[in-house]
Amino acid sequence: MDSYFSILFTEVYKILFLLVPVLVSVAMIVWLDRRVWAFVQKRRGPNVVGPFGLFQSLADALKYIFKEIIIPASSNKLVFVLAPVVTMTLALISWAVIPFSEDFVLADINVGILYLFAVSSLGVYGIIMGGWASNSKYPFLGAIRSAAQMVSYEVSIGVIIINVLLCVGSLNLSDIVMAQQNLWFVIPLFPMFVIFFISALAETNRPPFDLPEAEAELVAGYQTEYSGMMYAMFWLGEYANILLMCAMGAVLFLGGWLSPIDIFPFNAIPGPFWLIFKILFLFILFALVKATVPRYRYDQLMKLGWKIFLPFSLFYVVLTSSFLLYFDLLPVK
Amino acid sequence: MIAHSVFFYIFSLIAIVSAVMVTVSKNTVHSVFFLILDFISISCLFIMIGAEFLGMIMLIVYVGAVAVLFLFVVMMLNVAEQKGQWFSSRWDGGTHIPVGLLVSLIIFFELIIVIGGWKYKPDLLNSLSLNISTEVTNTRSIGNVLYTDYILLFQISGMILLVAMIGAIVLTYRERAGVKRQSYVKQISRERAEGVDLVEAEKNKGVKIDA
Repeated sequence: MDSYFSILFTEVYKILFLLVPVLVSVAMIVWLDRRVWAFVQKRRGPNVVGPFGLFQSLADALKYIFKEIIIPASSNKLVFVLAPVVTMTLALISWAVIPFSEDFVLADINVGILYLFAVSSLGVYGIIMGGWASNSKYPFLGAIRSAAQMVSYEVSIGVIIINVLLCVGSLNLSDIVMAQQNLWFVIPLFPMFVIFFISALAETNRPPFDLPEAEAELVAGYQTEYSGMMYAMFWLGEYANILLMCAMGAVLFLGGWLSPIDIFPFNAIPGPFWLIFKILFLFILFALVKATVPRYRYDQLMKLGWKIFLPFSLFYVVLTSSFLLYFDLLPVK
Repeated sequence: MIAHSVFFYIFSLIAIVSAVMVTVSKNTVHSVFFLILDFISISCLFIMIGAEFLGMIMLIVYVGAVAVLFLFVVMMLNVAEQKGQWFSSRWDGGTHIPVGLLVSLIIFFELIIVIGGWKYKPDLLNSLSLNISTEVTNTRSIGNVLYTDYILLFQISGMILLVAMIGAIVLTYRERAGVKRQSYVKQISRERAEGVDLVEAEKNKGVKIDA
């Protein structure tokens, strides 16, 4: 019994060691997002609370905590309360498999990439549940839109993952990183990286694909009826998902914790820092896209997903596998 | 080992209870939510016996795609209102119950055959199942079997799914008149010369604009 508890405590300690920084960085990333967005538009952005406005997110969080939580009378109460919880939980549990360095990974499971893909495909439930349980037109329309959108773009993300797996020969995330020691996959699979980036934007409902919460048409989409801490949880879950997508991109294409060049000043920096740099790089790209690109129309979104990305990434699977077969580079004989 | 069986009983209890709730709950959308819970707990059971690939695929395919579409359809159809008409307390000729009984009887006998075969010929499973080494991951061993011994069946099932998909699209597709479609090629290849037209407008007549 004693050993059981000691194992439990070390696991809980490890989980907290991972989750607390993730939550703090989610708050910081919201600030960064608004800052980058503001700089592109020649504004200052949040710069009042704390140095450079760094504590803006904390001030916002405090405000949300003290706001009243309103549960609409005609809503389905249990599902209504459950929806932000589902979003937040799903956004956090996927961090368990992200490898930060060779030995710093919470769960080094065999099917890590499938786990990530499965959890990100479950993310749609928070939105559908919230939209349906609100029992109101705008949230419902937002939920329906986002269900169709996320399912469509998951398909192309799945095919892109197949491309990477063909080059690795394993579903383990650490193996995927180690396979990029000589060459990051962003170089041979560059078109796939671009498509992954755009699909990640659509998967996380970021602009230009933020149709589920398009304010001009749907007020705030599935979040319309939410207030106070429940709204903040949706919001935190969304940003945690964005960070996760960036981490996934960094692990799949940018060599995870590996340093870009394996010579002294670079490889002296510990792995987790490299991963964090790469995540931040991808996130700043996300923020720049948000600041520059106008919102897509819904039929354009569907056309892009099904008629352009899916055929092209399927074609690239054929290309990658024929290339690997022809030059005898297949990782598994 | 105790923890293992505790988790097993927790997951199977959730699976059974939610499977019952799928049929019992009055709200159709709740039924779908319970179905999702059922899928999730069954995939947990898969993972617990070491079939992590099957468990994850179960999550991705059933929970991530199939159940979303289920939920989508159920929410859109507003089945809750129609249910009052379908399953009213009075006996309306009883078209549903015989069909349901027939299906459940067939499933019951199938189960008896399977479990009975197990009981009377205990080595049946051993003679049927393939030699799978525990050394490699089960993703690899499934791939080894699926793409070598059963490649034909695998391809045929893929073709059947493709045909079903095309069939569904053909059946539901209807051409509507007067729909304006966006063509990127047309938009990009438009030149200034054909886009702008300088017209000398006649007095009191105006200009006729054709699209």
